[in-house]
Amino acid sequence: MADIKKHGKEWFYSKIVKEHFFHPKNMALSDKDIELIRPNGVGEVGSPACGDVMRMWISVENGKIKRCRWRTFGCTSAIASTSMLSVMITEKGGMKLEEAEKITAKDILDRLGGLPPNKIHCSVLGDQALKAAIKDYRKNEK
Amino acid sequence: MKEIYFDNAATTKTDKRVLKEMLPYFKGKYGNPNSMHNKGIEARQAIEEARQKVSNILNCSKEEIIFTGSGTESDNLAIFGYARKNRDKGKHIITTKIEHHAVSHCFERLSKEGFDVTFLDVDSEGFVFAEDLKKAIRNDTIFVSIIYANNEIGTIQNIKELAKICKEKGVAFHTDACQAANYCNIDVLDLGVDMMTLNGSKIYGPKGVGILYKKKGVEIEPILYGGGQENGIRSGTENVANIVGFAKALELVYEEKEKEIRKLTELRDYFINELLKIPDTKLNGPRENRLPNNVNVSFANIEGESLLLLLNEEGIFASTGSACSSKDLAPSHVVTAIGNSPEIAHSSMRFSLGKDITKKQIDIALGFIENFVKKLRKMSPLDFSIEELIMKNKKARECGE
Repeated sequence: MADIKKHGKEWFYSKIVKEHFFHPKNMALSDKDIELIRPNGVGEVGSPACGDVMRMWISVENGKIKRCRWRTFGCTSAIASTSMLSVMITEKGGMKLEEAEKITAKDILDRLGGLPPNKIHCSVLGDQALKAAIKDYRKNEK
Repeated sequence: MKEIYFDNAATTKTDKRVLKEMLPYFKGKYGNPNSMHNKGIEARQAIEEARQKVSNILNCSKEEIIFTGSGTESDNLAIFGYARKNRDKGKHIITTKIEHHAVSHCFERLSKEGFDVTFLDVDSEGFVFAEDLKKAIRNDTIFVSIIYANNEIGTIQNIKELAKICKEKGVAFHTDACQAANYCNIDVLDLGVDMMTLNGSKIYGPKGVGILYKKKGVEIEPILYGGGQENGIRSGTENVANIVGFAKALELVYEEKEKEIRKLTELRDYFINELLKIPDTKLNGPRENRLPNNVNVSFANIEGESLLLLLNEEGIFASTGSACSSKDLAPSHVVTAIGNSPEIAHSSMRFSLGKDITKKQIDIALGFIENFVKKLRKMSPLDFSIEELIMKNKKARECGE
């Protein structure tokens, strides 16, 4: 990740990135949206000063993430990667926690069809927010 | 989809009348102005006529105008050229914290070459204090460069006063006037500057051409070597079409200046007042002594690049001071230099007007801006009021990666 800055200056976003930015999936538009999924884990990462903050609510049943909601303060890449992540963990009946914990920034990137080189760090925040939410869920379960 | 272009501080559309003047130099009049034959003489005459026009407007002599390849090149030539030529006179040079990178990065480079650099602070609206400049000048200070009108927040400095201070202390003074040319006094004699940079792409002229005004007697060293064009100061075959276009563009903005100032000031103030009706919005830069075409605001809890992209989708083109839009992933150094927290810089949007902008276009844009700000705020986990963000004035931390 250290050599991101050395890479090209491309600012073009893939079709998939744009789709998720303009039509984000599983986003919490209101507090009601969050209540409806009855979340049992929530995680937040990032810093407003750095320009990226992500908060993710998950609803876990029988060890699988059934539903998820999120909010993101950040750029196109940050919003699109949170949206994509929310799809990845809830599709096909929900992802097992053990698998969800293994999701990396690269997995999100691959599903997005890539990001401009100096935007790659945005996708890192997504998997961190999810990990924080899972950690919170496990703590709540105890 | 109709386009609404709010990025005239980045570049302006080439005026049709300018393009018309340029075209012959791509067609029949293609000679090299350094050639001795008639084809060359024809091109040489065009350049000298252009130089005469520019010097008339700047109120200087023809010999004091150097044509260059851009505003950036003129800034580089003034700064490196003067500092390196005069380094035996002293090693202290002064600039401000709100310069364009074409200036600030030159100063950073010179500090690596052994120069001692002072970056002057500005107040919360972006103004340099004359007293600060006075205090900063030392016995070994040789050169000062201060931006005339800021490209991000539109602050217009009192260049006359600042130049006078330098003159009294025997220090050379340069100003980057790229954004100022359309709206401010650019009479170099009246301003009392030693050097001044202008650029074609901000005055409805072509890109890839700039000028450096250099007062007679001010000695600089070239940064480009070769055939010795422009009195040995700027080698390289002259870009005849661009030079002709630059002169025409400058003439036109000079003629239409008063009209444009009146029209744009009114539109700018309307735009700002309407934007400030959106809750938790802050104006960056001053109300008075502000470029008539500059609007810069921050919307709490949203990130500028996202708003830029949403507006782009509607054919509305603006710019942001957010880190996400910069190559170095740092928020705008100008928006933070006026005392704003990084949060406010990430949320800043610049809308720079131009002569084709109408009130109707501003109204259309306002509708979209208001909706998109609402949308992005709903998506944002943050819930700060603008006052809370204004209170936060912490230094940008190591971010990203």
